[in-house]
Amino acid sequence: MRSRPAKILISLTVNGDEYQVAIEPRETLLEALRYRLDLTGSKQGCDKGDCGACTILADGRPILSCITLAVEGEGRSLTTIEGLAQAGKVHPVQDAFDLCGALQCGFCQSGMMISAAALLASNPKPTRQQIKEALSGNLCRCTGYTKILDAVEVASGQRSVEEYDPRPTTTLNP
Amino acid sequence: MKNARKYHVVGRRLRKTDGLKKATGQALYADDLHLPRMLHCKILRSPHAHARIKRIDFTRCRAYPGVVEVLEGKEMPTRYGVIPWTPDEQALAVDKARFIGDEIAAVAAVDELAAEESLNLIDVEWEILPALVDPEQALAEQRIKIHEDVKQGNISKHVALSFGDVDGGFARSAALVDETFFYEGSTHTPIEPHCAIGHYDSDGNLTVWSSTQIPHYVHRELARVLELPEARVRVIQPFLGGAFGGKSDPFSLEFVVAKLSMKTGRPVKCLFTREEVFWAHRGRHPMKMRFKVGLSASGTIEAVDSKILIDGGAYSSFGLVTAYYAGQLLTGPYDFKTYRFDSTRVFTNKPPCGPKRGHGSVQPRFAFEVALDMAAEKLGLDPLEVRRTNFIGSNVKTVNEQQITSNGFLECLRAVEQASGWKQRHGKLAYGHGLGVAGSMYISGTAYPVYPNEMPQSGVQVKLDRSGKVTIFCGASDIGQGSNSLPAYLISEEIGCDPRDCTVVVSDTDLTPVDLGAYSSRITFMVGNACIEAGQRLWAQISEAVAEKWKVERSRVEGELGTVYVADSELSMSFKEAVQLAEAKFGTLGATGSYRTRKLGGSYRGGTIGASPAYSFTAHVVEVEVDPETGIWRVERVWAAHDCGKALNPTLVEGQIEGSVYMGFAEAAMEEMTYYPSGLHRGPSLLDYRIPTSLDTPELTALIVESNDPNGPHGAKEAGEGPLHPVIPAISNAIHDAVGVRLTELPFHPGKLLRLIREKENRTATSSRQKRLPEPVPEAGSGA
Repeated sequence: MRSRPAKILISLTVNGDEYQVAIEPRETLLEALRYRLDLTGSKQGCDKGDCGACTILADGRPILSCITLAVEGEGRSLTTIEGLAQAGKVHPVQDAFDLCGALQCGFCQSGMMISAAALLASNPKPTRQQIKEALSGNLCRCTGYTKILDAVEVASGQRSVEEYDPRPTTTLNP
Repeated sequence: MKNARKYHVVGRRLRKTDGLKKATGQALYADDLHLPRMLHCKILRSPHAHARIKRIDFTRCRAYPGVVEVLEGKEMPTRYGVIPWTPDEQALAVDKARFIGDEIAAVAAVDELAAEESLNLIDVEWEILPALVDPEQALAEQRIKIHEDVKQGNISKHVALSFGDVDGGFARSAALVDETFFYEGSTHTPIEPHCAIGHYDSDGNLTVWSSTQIPHYVHRELARVLELPEARVRVIQPFLGGAFGGKSDPFSLEFVVAKLSMKTGRPVKCLFTREEVFWAHRGRHPMKMRFKVGLSASGTIEAVDSKILIDGGAYSSFGLVTAYYAGQLLTGPYDFKTYRFDSTRVFTNKPPCGPKRGHGSVQPRFAFEVALDMAAEKLGLDPLEVRRTNFIGSNVKTVNEQQITSNGFLECLRAVEQASGWKQRHGKLAYGHGLGVAGSMYISGTAYPVYPNEMPQSGVQVKLDRSGKVTIFCGASDIGQGSNSLPAYLISEEIGCDPRDCTVVVSDTDLTPVDLGAYSSRITFMVGNACIEAGQRLWAQISEAVAEKWKVERSRVEGELGTVYVADSELSMSFKEAVQLAEAKFGTLGATGSYRTRKLGGSYRGGTIGASPAYSFTAHVVEVEVDPETGIWRVERVWAAHDCGKALNPTLVEGQIEGSVYMGFAEAAMEEMTYYPSGLHRGPSLLDYRIPTSLDTPELTALIVESNDPNGPHGAKEAGEGPLHPVIPAISNAIHDAVGVRLTELPFHPGKLLRLIREKENRTATSSRQKRLPEPVPEAGSGA
């Protein structure tokens, strides 16, 4: 019977906030985010790096937090879906996903929107093929990807969608 | 007339009421919930496909640091099952394991790792039994029985039904096709693994949060198995991360967390790993199908006869229904003059199959639509025209006595014919390019609940507050299709509030009226009708109070998006003021609405299975490109037209069509649940069990057809399952148009296609005395 190693203290910078977190050395970044910091927006779909639901940004680049150790998160600026909205205003990708009906069950979409936001940060006007390539590490089982691709085109200003707003308000943010 | 009505909400591309919660990560799914003092549970699974449990010893396990409690099957031996006629599951196996992955014992520990590690310290003494992995062998076998109490061998269900003079029909036929098809099993693969939390509190009330799509049936079965009064059990479905039928059985983890919480007095959580999701399965049944189809010289379907062997896996699940659906749901959109089917579901020592999107009917639809193409080819008829010729029509009964109301199939066919340029292009494209067509029909809910009763199949309660807030209590399970938004849309249409002022309280058996669950494409139809009834009752009170104040006829009062008014007048007030007038006049405001189908179905035994208050219809055209040198094929485009009756929200309907087409394409292209001869799954992971990425998925065009069903809410029918069916046979038919060979076995691996192309080329080459081309190397990993 093996004994568990002692916890260690690490520092994580997530969505601009600094945290000191006590973790077991074996813990993944996803586990630390979800179960230690209550940032449950990043999801675990496979725990093996196959599905992409756990995708977050590390220094602006998408990484799979389920196959990254929590200790590897130290010294990097991490962004999760909770940090994509800024100053109470949702990111254009989040707004477009909602508007286009890209959010069915929503479970894969935290990772999907993170990947999409990373794409648009480096390539503001991607082609449809480039969008497909950038999102190919994020599996979605509901949408057939159509409305997701449409939403990224909307977010990048390359497609317009008729919005029916029953009682127009100035902000889309709840 | 309903359809002449001017709508303010219905038919609009509204956002979902909970979309931004999902977009921002605020939506809480089962594994996002954490309760104080919560324990974590892991389940020990059988390493043997078929083995008797002689003894379970927890001595070493209990001693492991962090372990709090253990559980074995004999502590809750009551058999359960989603279908009350076939209760053959136990939360943890009591006497024997029936597949590799069957649940045997469970541990609750202070954290997940301690629970997982301690599983290795449970000592199980096994008596290994011979396993039946192949369905043909299971069918023939009499000595080895997977379920001892099954009357006949390993037969889970046998159905044989015949309608009309089938042999006479074949005798009249000018073209006869007799072909055997094989549909490989596949699984749902929701991105969210199953998760449940049980909490038995100090007052003796059990609450289970579960990623289920059937809270009501879980409620009933939990009470029965745990021997608790139903009034002391509460089931809550949090946000659900995809289901597709894969979360429509009661699962072991729900009973296990509940029982462990009762034993420890602490909340207990269990989260399946991705591998465990493959063991839980309940996915598409593998089916071996022999189809005979006879057409008259003009292309009329004179006779259809099928014999189907269904590989059920280890337990019944919905299997009784599957065996019926394999035959019952094929009798539209075409008029079968005569029809016979014989379907047998057998038990095998593999993870149990169940209802995957398009339950029971996707497989025979594939076989029939390909056979129909073959028959049309024999007669030299255009396969699209043959489908048009055999259109069954609206307001008719099928050969198996099911009542069809609205039917927009011809419009669907016309839409895909035009969009694809069928007339100019089918049969005329260059070698390697082709178009294929197929059609289908599906149910909008079943007329009968899974357990017999006379109560509503769906109900809603609506509470109006003097603030103008509308709270709708609805038992429906949103699995991504948008049923959390539907009540807000439909109630606001009736009572004139803004849909965003509605709070929809959902899927909590303590708070919400019963809805039977997200299966059989029933929610829009049934919940929708219940919402309209409740809304009309409330509007009667609101409009009466307002009419009294304004001294006008009640019928002149209208409501629209938060304003109540009389048209062409100065009379106008806010919805809030109208509610306050009504509350002053009538007291506290609230209303209920219920829906139950009228009696439906055929007059014969089993005739109610497949009976639906309305049927949806679909037609697809698929364009493919095939590389004849490698057998690699690609779908260039799918045109999918679906008759959903009325699109209550076209964006959500399109999403259902697109998701369905994707899932059907996936089954045609790559998905397969395959096993080693031992019964071990060949690759229970998302790396080995491949599902399409954004790069693999074809571009598709969803086309909505509205037939305005007389019984549907504002004319609506289902959209979430029907559009999956035709894409698979349409791909096979398109490949035939491209390279002249027929794919009759799923999935359509390039290796299979290349073999067929080579065989055809060699036949041609032999006849013209040319050199034989080499046979392709058999694929690795195929077959088991």
